[in-house]
Amino acid sequence: MDTFSKRKYIVAGIMLGIAAIFILRLFTIQITNKTYKQFATRNVLRKIITFPARGFIYDRHKEMMVYNKAAYDLWVVPREVKPFDTTELCRIIQIERQDFRNALNKAKQYSRFKPSIIVGQISPEINAPLQEKLYKYPGFFTQSRTLREYPSKSAAQVLGYVGEVNQQMIEKDKYYRSGDYIGVTGLEKAYEKELRGIKGVTKSMVDVHNRIKGKYNEGLEDTTAILGQNLLTGLDAEVQAYAELLMTNKRGAIVAIEPATGEILLMVSAPSYDPNLLVGRQRSTNYGTLVGDSVNKPMWNRAGIGTFPPGSTFKLVNALIALQEHAVSPFDRFSCSGQSSSPIKCTHSHVSPLAMREGIRESCNSYFWNLFRNVINHSSTSAEGYEVWRNHVMNFGFGQKVGVELSSEVKGNIPQVTYYDKYFGQKKWNAMTIRSLSIGQGEIEVTPLQLANMAATIANRGYYITPHLVKAIQDTNRVYRELEYEKKVTGINPEYFDIVIEGMQAVIDETRLSQSVHMDSIVVCGKTGTVQNPHGADHSAFVAFAPKNNPKIAIAVFIQNAGFGATYAAPIAGLIMEKYLNDSIPPRKKDLERRMIETDLMNVIQVKK
Amino acid sequence: MPNRNNVWANIDWITVSIYLAMMFIGWINIYAAVYNEEHKSIFDFSQQYGKQLIWIFAAIFIAVLMINTDSKFFVTFAIPIYVIIFVLLMLVPLIGTEINGAKSWIQIGNFLLQPSEFMKMATSLAIARYISSYNFKMHSYKSLLTLSAIILLPVGLIFLQNDTGSAIVFGVFLLVLYREGLNGIVLFFAFLIALVFILTMVVDSYITIWILSLTGFLVHFLIRRKSKKSLVAMGIFGSVYLIFWLINFLLQGTIDPLYFILTAAVVSSGIFYIYSLVLRKKNLAILIGIYLGSVLFSVSVDYVFHNIMEQHQRDRINELLGIQSDVHGAGYHVNQSKIAIGSGGFIGKGFLQGTQTKFDFVPEQSTDFIFCTVGEEWGFLGTTLVIGLFMGLLMRLIFLAERNRSKFSRVYGYCVATILFFHFAINIGMTIGLAPVIGIPLPFFSYGGSSLWSFTLLLFVFVRLDANRFEQLSY
Repeated sequence: MDTFSKRKYIVAGIMLGIAAIFILRLFTIQITNKTYKQFATRNVLRKIITFPARGFIYDRHKEMMVYNKAAYDLWVVPREVKPFDTTELCRIIQIERQDFRNALNKAKQYSRFKPSIIVGQISPEINAPLQEKLYKYPGFFTQSRTLREYPSKSAAQVLGYVGEVNQQMIEKDKYYRSGDYIGVTGLEKAYEKELRGIKGVTKSMVDVHNRIKGKYNEGLEDTTAILGQNLLTGLDAEVQAYAELLMTNKRGAIVAIEPATGEILLMVSAPSYDPNLLVGRQRSTNYGTLVGDSVNKPMWNRAGIGTFPPGSTFKLVNALIALQEHAVSPFDRFSCSGQSSSPIKCTHSHVSPLAMREGIRESCNSYFWNLFRNVINHSSTSAEGYEVWRNHVMNFGFGQKVGVELSSEVKGNIPQVTYYDKYFGQKKWNAMTIRSLSIGQGEIEVTPLQLANMAATIANRGYYITPHLVKAIQDTNRVYRELEYEKKVTGINPEYFDIVIEGMQAVIDETRLSQSVHMDSIVVCGKTGTVQNPHGADHSAFVAFAPKNNPKIAIAVFIQNAGFGATYAAPIAGLIMEKYLNDSIPPRKKDLERRMIETDLMNVIQVKK
Repeated sequence: MPNRNNVWANIDWITVSIYLAMMFIGWINIYAAVYNEEHKSIFDFSQQYGKQLIWIFAAIFIAVLMINTDSKFFVTFAIPIYVIIFVLLMLVPLIGTEINGAKSWIQIGNFLLQPSEFMKMATSLAIARYISSYNFKMHSYKSLLTLSAIILLPVGLIFLQNDTGSAIVFGVFLLVLYREGLNGIVLFFAFLIALVFILTMVVDSYITIWILSLTGFLVHFLIRRKSKKSLVAMGIFGSVYLIFWLINFLLQGTIDPLYFILTAAVVSSGIFYIYSLVLRKKNLAILIGIYLGSVLFSVSVDYVFHNIMEQHQRDRINELLGIQSDVHGAGYHVNQSKIAIGSGGFIGKGFLQGTQTKFDFVPEQSTDFIFCTVGEEWGFLGTTLVIGLFMGLLMRLIFLAERNRSKFSRVYGYCVATILFFHFAINIGMTIGLAPVIGIPLPFFSYGGSSLWSFTLLLFVFVRLDANRFEQLSY
């Protein structure tokens, strides 16, 4: 007799009830709720990035200016490390024991399973002995990476440098991840997208300790890295290095352009630095030193961001505007009373009166004052006359970024009518008020690059091609893709250039420059400038192009505190043109060359005479 | 009419089939859980899956051995078997080997045996023997005392050996006693105490009292079907709570909120207790008694846990309930386990295609968390199949137990069914976040010889007893 027999239903009911709850629960987590599937994928998926080699940078003769050299990072997986001879390892990789210990502890704190870099950027010379001994250090392994190498050690500010991305850059461009490298300045920055290539991604499955267990989705979603593209620049590495040599112990900038194409042949900013300093293990120390040098500012690219009044070199533009506006004819003569000239005295001694060719040759201030006044007064009001003048000046590329690839380039300054209206009051100013502009002084400010572009424009008789550093990009199939650059016309009738160029030839052939700049077989045209410096010794400026017909090079040289343009800027420009056009310096200029290299203008007393 | 003399003809082949199916599915899933490219063969005996195959054959051997044993043997030697294994259990601290912090294993050659696993079967035999004896009366003090001793002695011993998971399995014998006539109130209170205890430990006393109070109002409303009284009770409770809340607000939160709710609970239930005594409403008085008892129990558990216990004792309880044992913070393992099961979807990722279990995101994937592999690789279909197999086995066992005329066989059958059920409920409940993380294996699925053999022994003793159902009258 079993009175509790019915209780079997309750016991069975409890069991079936629990089972039903389980099935309901499983239904929700396995079918209704989709988030567990996402979590699962996130759990196992690790993206492993393969970095493509960064593109090379060539000069115009396809000489290597920037390439990659191998370096090695020493990694550690703390969990796999067994006791080892720390002293020996530190000796091989040339690092202090304490630094090594700190790095190892940091790696342990980060993760015992995930690899961390313990010593970065080991040179191949150190890597070779390390590889032989690495078997003795389980848990350590090396991985190669590439570093930039600059064989000619020149053009530092133009080429720029690469550095690790910061948080801002990562947020701006999703391509980058922490630890990636990016071009920070110069061409490295301007052509970052072409140079970097495209990272490859390998999706792997990993276990809970981040150990790789196999390919994800059979590797179907993997991508291979695509190499960076090479840049073919218009730079001439040899002449660039020569120009930098000439600028030893001087402050200033040199830009040379091939007039027909707008290709920048060289771009020097002095003082400079060896770009190799910003590579490798010493990078951060060197970077601090370079940035901290507030006197020499070696990281500055003065060619693109240094501005100054163009001085007498600007007289060429004024002459061309006057001719175009029929404000003067090439044969109009103006008299000069030398030091007693009014309103601008003329410091040059020469015959008087003189016409345009001689005016340019003698750089006569009185002549150009009269010429400028005629331009301004050619219109019914001074403001209108000024506006006409300003438009012409702007057409030469002044007062705006000329459009070189360097993002640091500045506009310079050609003041607007409103500036003078505000400063002097409307209609309260005239040619007399702004007379400094006639000789390239006053409010106007230009960059060495703009000045070189002016020389190129004159060489071209009226137009320029946007100055640029890179002429072609070599894609992954090794095919060069030529880049197109805009042609800009000044609006000055080409025939007016002849008389100005005659004057420029006279500057070289009929003054003392016939010794230092004149070439035996090539006709050189140029113009000096002495930029008044209220803070100390005057700056020395010079623009030129050669040969006179079918010019191959247009150049602007600007040297701070170097006095007359004819003293340093012109000879240096002459030597550079000689080097570029003839590939060698004739024996008669060897003395001059040595003097230019040896002259130290860094410590000229910075006080007004 | 089955042949009474041929035991093979009388054994329940449905039970045996489910048993074999479970072991096979378990083996396949162990292979998938710890699958290793370097050891691809499922017959590689250096790996868990290879070894499990050996354990399975050994288990089948044990099953055959049991079937060939005279069924009278188990009845006659029920108490000696209990005593021998109990003694073995006592010896464990002396001759045992420690694994994973629990010194509960005895090493014999290359084999590790866990006496606590076999204690379940031995205790089942002893309970069956005692309940089926002539002078047994469920509600006599002597009988209850003896039964308690049979069950609690091994529980205490196992608990002392740090194997808390195995110890609490013995609690499930309450269900067996219930079937044999124990008052249902005991079951209810045991359930209530366990619930309040776990709730207090896992959440805290404050929230537990809230839950108890709301449940109390709900139960009262359901019984009385009069919302008015329940609302009055709620009103009193709420206003006391609010008064305290305001005082606390004025004192800028210096009072522990546990005190407000405790006072609210005591004051409101005190008022209603007097009310029920005056109006002689017995049911209400009982309800209030249970409510107040639970509240006070929760508070004292909280107090004892935090103020009287030592840190190592607290750690033990936390570990048992899976509160602090997670290295990655609370719920990490359960979360990974749910991710594994949940990512399986309806039909699963396919055999050997699971990633969460294979790549160690789920801990103990071949033993305690083997159900994750089933969920990940075979999906909802696989998990319901496994649950279905368990329910099939358990229902079959209850059916078999009930058809036996022998009381010994019936009680033993219930013991088997409830032990398997408890493992099933805790193990699977743990993997899907419905039960605390208590490390006990899933019968016939989890990797390991000791547990497989002890479950086989447990089950086949009953299969043998059941095969004898026509000869045994009663005991």
